[in-house]
Amino acid sequence: MTTLKINGKSHTVDVSPDMPLLWVLRDVLGMNGTKFGCGVALCGACTVHLDGIPTRSCVMPVSAAAGHAITTIEAIGATPVGKQVQQAWLDLEVVQCGYCQSGQIMSAAALLAKIPAPTDTDIDQAMSGNICRCGTYPRIREAIKQAAKTSAMVKGGG
Amino acid sequence: MARVSRRHFLTAGAAAGGGLLLGWHFDAQARGAARATKATPPAFAPNAFIRIGTDGRVTLVMNQVEMGQGTYTSMPMLLAEELEIGLDQVRLEHAPPNDKLYANPLFGDQETGASSSVRAFYEPLRRAGAAARTMLVAAAAATWNVDPESCRAEKGVVTHSPTGRTLTYGALAGKAAKLPVPAKVTLKEPKDFKLIGTPAKRLDTPAKVNGTAQFGIDVRLPGMKVATVAASPVLGGKVASVDDSKARAIKGVRQIVRLDDVVAVVADHMWAATQGLKALAIRWDDGPNRTLSTADVVQGLAAAVQTPGVVARKEGDAAAAIAGAPAKMEAVYQVPFLAHAAMEPINCTVHVRPDRCEVWTGSQVLSRAQATAAKVTGLPLEKVIVHNHYLGGGFGRRLEHDYVKQAVRIAQQVDGPVKVVWSREEDIRHDVYRPYYYDRIAAGVDARGQPIAWMHRLAGPAILARYLPAAFKDGIDPDGVDGAVHLVYDIPAIQVEFVRHEEPVLNTGFWRGVGVTHNTFVIESFIDELAAAAKQDPVAYRRGLLGKSPRARAVLDLAAKAAGWGQPLPAGRGRGVSLLYSGWGSYLAQVAEVAVSKSGEVRVHRVVCAVDCGTVVNPDTVKAQIEGGIVFGIGGALWGEATLEKGRVQQSNFHDVRVLRINETPAIEVHLVRTGESPGGIGEPGTAVTAPALANAVFAATGKRIRTLPLERQLRSA
Repeated sequence: MTTLKINGKSHTVDVSPDMPLLWVLRDVLGMNGTKFGCGVALCGACTVHLDGIPTRSCVMPVSAAAGHAITTIEAIGATPVGKQVQQAWLDLEVVQCGYCQSGQIMSAAALLAKIPAPTDTDIDQAMSGNICRCGTYPRIREAIKQAAKTSAMVKGGG
Repeated sequence: MARVSRRHFLTAGAAAGGGLLLGWHFDAQARGAARATKATPPAFAPNAFIRIGTDGRVTLVMNQVEMGQGTYTSMPMLLAEELEIGLDQVRLEHAPPNDKLYANPLFGDQETGASSSVRAFYEPLRRAGAAARTMLVAAAAATWNVDPESCRAEKGVVTHSPTGRTLTYGALAGKAAKLPVPAKVTLKEPKDFKLIGTPAKRLDTPAKVNGTAQFGIDVRLPGMKVATVAASPVLGGKVASVDDSKARAIKGVRQIVRLDDVVAVVADHMWAATQGLKALAIRWDDGPNRTLSTADVVQGLAAAVQTPGVVARKEGDAAAAIAGAPAKMEAVYQVPFLAHAAMEPINCTVHVRPDRCEVWTGSQVLSRAQATAAKVTGLPLEKVIVHNHYLGGGFGRRLEHDYVKQAVRIAQQVDGPVKVVWSREEDIRHDVYRPYYYDRIAAGVDARGQPIAWMHRLAGPAILARYLPAAFKDGIDPDGVDGAVHLVYDIPAIQVEFVRHEEPVLNTGFWRGVGVTHNTFVIESFIDELAAAAKQDPVAYRRGLLGKSPRARAVLDLAAKAAGWGQPLPAGRGRGVSLLYSGWGSYLAQVAEVAVSKSGEVRVHRVVCAVDCGTVVNPDTVKAQIEGGIVFGIGGALWGEATLEKGRVQQSNFHDVRVLRINETPAIEVHLVRTGESPGGIGEPGTAVTAPALANAVFAATGKRIRTLPLERQLRSA
């Protein structure tokens, strides 16, 4: 039995310890917002946060995730920075097919939580592990910058 | 891909006496269908696509699927414009498969592809909206016993102007349903459009930023198992033997399904299925393709292109004109097999019961998915229910239904529903690939370097002969020659030939732009070669040949101006230009700016694209499609190829299927030219115009003319 803290709630699952967190989320707990893209941490579609750190859940054994605060796309909107990112995604109409966007948003939210005003280089470094075949990259970059501005204004305004 | 001739569609419409309307006006059937479904509250269906409930809810049954291209917004915009409702008043429903009700008029079946949705439905959906509005207004006028001319419709409400009385569409729906459908309706003048041509927020976006959007892979059903598969690594191969003892010992593995060409591990979840698949010892009988490599395919094509092809376009006597020209240029161009690598790996969920079969998937071709399930199970069509979902990328891959067939075959062996999910490796190695094309192209030029004759012969498979036999006429694959036969340059003698050469070692099909993507690379590279040989500026050279194509000239001028064509660049950089014209009816011009490192790595710094796609429905979506198409095209042109060794595709995942990432993405600028022309396609052109702009920029930067894609492989070996 493994107990996981996901989005603030406790879940106990009976799975083998080497089972990747991705499949526990999707196939055991039915949380389908986190996506399967490559299975080997090459595309970023499965990105979740472990204690705020962006993590590829497709290669993260569930045993290693236990004891950490796991956040998924389903709850990222409850964090101030996650909410700003989602709003910027809507404002700039980033999304096309949408399949990779859970992972993109999780990576972007982690970036902004760590670096509130990221440079283009910061964005490149934080986001280059997330593939988008629809090619929404130019808008992702702009949306991250907008979310950064909005967050700064929210903070500045108290 | 290409379409069933537009002419046929128009003729059929005119012959039926109702123009475009009739292809769309399925009143009797739609009403029957509405009755057949347990539609409550009672609904009225002016045609197959629209339902206005007595509660006022307007439902648009979406026959065109959403795979990122924005149809779930542009289609409702067309309807809402003429129906006089707000975009927020339209509710969307995925259509079930039904060619009679939901066919794309450009193809004759229910298909989303070939950049066709707006082209196909721009007028029919507006007519449908106008007809419905007319009937609702008539119902209101009859209720009040007034002249319909004295009533107006706005935001889902009919108002009697002189008295200010109002009735909602919901209140009128029942009465309107009893009225005859107007034989003729007047469509708005473009100047009166409230929605069309304005940027609209996409209706599918909110669910896609919070993880709630349902893709095919997200299906969950009571008792559902998850399976993953290993199909024969060589096309045509068979399973010789399977030792599944180790796989069966894995916790969560429930069943091993062995079919003649594929083995599936059925489990409680994907992880157990994946572990089970790894533990299988499968011996394959590879079959006749077991020795083949890419070189064999190329050899076959190289021989085929020596033979005369079927003439797809002929003006003047190109062969004689080239023979008699002061100078002759000729070249061979090649483009490789390409996998799609859509982000959502191929998947399909199926539940086969004795008396029916249910399928859950994301498909660009619902009725084909239904038909294949019916064929495999032996059930009648109406016993096959297909539930469509958002597609995690299409790009042509989901115009095929091989994976539906495979999933149904597996599900026949499984008790209860089973979700078949391919690993990324399986997805890359069992794709339906963009074909390898091999082209010979030649031109005769006069003393000033101007082309006086053009001969383009291309060799490759006829995708449409397999896919849409009705469109494969007189030995010409209209998709294969798309773009090539649309050459806009003013050249007195032109001949385009198609040599059909099948490549049985891989399944081949549609890949964002298919024929045009390939032909535009060849043509726009070669015209650049002519300009260089004539020692003329590539933009000026093209411009001088565009006297008969003002739309092409306009986008070329705009792109050149916006890109600062002719202005100095930092050392080591080069600019390349390309132009796009095709059966899509859109004109694009692109200027790319690249730098090439000593080791042959290409860095794309900036791409400027001018687009005339005629009437624009959602300008923001048009820009997004062009941006995305360019990104897709850059990765494909620089690195994209599927190669074969011993009949096996060598690539497998994103470590060797290199695609563009955000840190490699250039600044992209899209400029729209607004014309009142008919809407043109927009999903694929951005990809198709990109490779030649890059190749021409590489030439400008390095002096190296790359005639075979992918560019970087050639630069490394050059």
